[in-house]
Amino acid sequence: MAFDSGFLLEVKDLKKSFPGVLALKGVSLTLGKGEVISLIGENGAGKSTLMKILAGVQPADSGDYFIDGKKVEFKNVRDAMDLGIALIHQELNLASNLDLASNIFLGREPRKKGFIDEQELHSEATRHLQRVGLNLPSDTIAGSLPIGKQQLVEIAKALSCDARVLIMDEPTSSLSQKETETLFDVVKGLRDEGISVIYISHRLGEVKELSDRVTVFRDGENAGDLAKDEITHDNMVRLMVGRELSEFYDRDIHQAGECVLKAINVVSPTYPDTPVSIEVRAGEIVGIAGLVGAGRTELLQTFFGVTPSLGGELEVQGVSFSPRSPADAVQAGLALAPEDRKLHGLVLPMTVRENASLPSLERDQKLGLLDHSKEKMIADEAVAQMKIKTPSIEQAARFLSGGNQQKIVLGKWLAMNPKLLMLDEPTRGIDIGAKREIYKLMEQLAGKGIAILFVSSEMEEVLGMADRFYVMHEGKISGELKKNEMSEESIMQLATGGSLAA
Amino acid sequence: MKKNVFGIFGLLVAVFVITAIADPNFLSAYNMQNTVKWSSLYGVMSIGVAFVIITGGIDLSIGSVVGLVAVVLSFLTKIHGLDPIAAIGLTLLMSVGIGLIHGLLITKAKLQPFVVTLCGLLIYRSLSRWLTDNQSLGPVPLEGDPGFENLEQILMLDFIFSGQIAIGGFFKLPTPALFLLVLAIAGSIFLRKTIWGRYLYALGNNEEGARYSGIDTDRMKIIAYVLCSFFAGIAGILFAFELGSVQPAQTGEFYELFAIAAAVLGGCSLRGGEGSVLGVIIAAAVIRIIFNSINIVGISTHLEFGILGLVILLGVIGDEILKKKMAQRQVAASEKLAVELSEKSKSNEKLE
Repeated sequence: MAFDSGFLLEVKDLKKSFPGVLALKGVSLTLGKGEVISLIGENGAGKSTLMKILAGVQPADSGDYFIDGKKVEFKNVRDAMDLGIALIHQELNLASNLDLASNIFLGREPRKKGFIDEQELHSEATRHLQRVGLNLPSDTIAGSLPIGKQQLVEIAKALSCDARVLIMDEPTSSLSQKETETLFDVVKGLRDEGISVIYISHRLGEVKELSDRVTVFRDGENAGDLAKDEITHDNMVRLMVGRELSEFYDRDIHQAGECVLKAINVVSPTYPDTPVSIEVRAGEIVGIAGLVGAGRTELLQTFFGVTPSLGGELEVQGVSFSPRSPADAVQAGLALAPEDRKLHGLVLPMTVRENASLPSLERDQKLGLLDHSKEKMIADEAVAQMKIKTPSIEQAARFLSGGNQQKIVLGKWLAMNPKLLMLDEPTRGIDIGAKREIYKLMEQLAGKGIAILFVSSEMEEVLGMADRFYVMHEGKISGELKKNEMSEESIMQLATGGSLAA
Repeated sequence: MKKNVFGIFGLLVAVFVITAIADPNFLSAYNMQNTVKWSSLYGVMSIGVAFVIITGGIDLSIGSVVGLVAVVLSFLTKIHGLDPIAAIGLTLLMSVGIGLIHGLLITKAKLQPFVVTLCGLLIYRSLSRWLTDNQSLGPVPLEGDPGFENLEQILMLDFIFSGQIAIGGFFKLPTPALFLLVLAIAGSIFLRKTIWGRYLYALGNNEEGARYSGIDTDRMKIIAYVLCSFFAGIAGILFAFELGSVQPAQTGEFYELFAIAAAVLGGCSLRGGEGSVLGVIIAAAVIRIIFNSINIVGISTHLEFGILGLVILLGVIGDEILKKKMAQRQVAASEKLAVELSEKSKSNEKLE
């Protein structure tokens, strides 16, 4: 690979704050022409924030950008596109009812006499599709393609805008092994054409395979860079975590007690053909790993009564249990800290106090009247126990950082003394300090005999926190791993539909 | 919340003073009594719709429910000679039933509130006309009516629902104001002091968030629609006695819009999750005084809706500005804390 002497893209001292949190505290990044760099860091390190700024989705508070050594400014997606920077979103943005050619040229259709020039549209689209290795008719309907191919169409779309920098945010989080390999081949091909790539992933194995260089973020700051020959698993983890891994995930193994949740052939509506059986015991921390879309969230929602089970049996402490609403589940002693905190976890415009006390109101009422002092007590306790950083308990939840919001969610459930606490991606979008506190809390709760079931896409988190975990693939449990059998390789094997060699 | 009421109260004072200066007759005992009476009648409906708006829903059927209740009450007391207390009970039961049907259609059949209550508006209005063959009638029977034997009782009720109680030498308090007072206090306690009120605000702000917290959101929404129709039912009885003569095609027409306007001007957001009883009542009074003022100041009555529309628009814009200011203050507090904490953790690291 021959780089130009200068950098294609250079970012200096970028700062960005959100209410309650400094997301980027002055980060820098460089990218050469035809270079593939990986940007890694724990949840909340600031990767996604930087990517959104580079793609023009949101502006930075301060900082400088240079392209080909020239200082540039960009304020919106349009500017970023004009400078040749394209973001391939984690969630795909294709219009699923349109064909591939229309998707690729959406808003930029070639025209002839005011009408869309269909011939030009399809021939150009076909050319770009071939660049990403897709030999499909350009009039294929986008929604009919599997997710891996849709992603390649997104890349083709970016290329059609003359993108020089592709930013890929966790592109493999929902891809099968084979689709991942295809994607890597395409990325390597583009690199050889001189296109630069910023690759963001939690999967260190992939990072190692693909990157010319690795940039590590920690807690909104640069933690270090690794040149090609320094890219090892241990080096990456050390920079990401900033200390030894064992210290970060401080786990005692507790004696597992009675069975708190037992699911026998439970069927969630998203995957009606794959019954699931699992169990969680008191004092145990059980993880569920798998690709995005494997049905993990849906499984927790079924346990919590959000989407009732279509079959099978559930037992809580040996008593048969069939929740038809979250209210039923709460009654039975279950709690869920959902993946989407803003939509499901909290009532954002309400205060810390109102959020923390919401599930407890019914228990603490007298003749339907609110018990204000009890309410205040619950909120104060949550703030103290979780170390929620808020000016007061009367602050609206929406003005707090993601980490503090998650702590309110946990606080409101702890006030209910749950038997089973379920957490869906407990540390997504959370800064590193809060993250550690959340792990510590999970550990303490398990120590008190609460059963904990959590879903996570972050390898290190599953490996570090779980006593035992299940791996899901396309709605079914593809394997169960005990502490001594856990490894990143075994997870990936099971998560992508493979099986463990006996 | 309290600041919102402050704004609308300021508007009330402003409208009041301007009108009083423009024409001192506005302050006459007679005109004041009228203003209090009409504000109360509108206020009762407006509190009802506020419950629904706080959940993020809407009820367009209020005016037709007012009309139907007034018609059915008159029909039962005057033409059928039913015991008037029983008739009042039945009509209130009917209004509760209407609210229950709305709530069930919205939560269980998952229909949109706008559609359900729009159909209600059409259905109840035509029921009123069909039932009476579109002939006007009132709750008080005349000689020869089957209900005439209950006249004494009905006149008593007429006093309760549309009488006046002398206070001091010259001011007579219209009884609807007492109804408003009782309902307002009850409504306020319900919203601010009970867990159900809190649930309404929570689900209005984020229905899924409330549901994931273990709240039976469907039940709470049904309760809101039932309360709304029930309040409209009480207003229907008040209007029936107040008007004396109920026009099946007209009584209550457009009242839903006045009620919604008062709720919005009083601090409710149609997005749900916001609003207070006090604000809504004050807004209902503002709307009445504006109508009154247009009348006595001598502005063309053709302009009355236009002026009302402008006032509401300005009020809502002012409210948005106020809210933005308050939000900025909270953001600033959070940011300050974040900076402090970050500096603190840095200095701690140095110590280590």
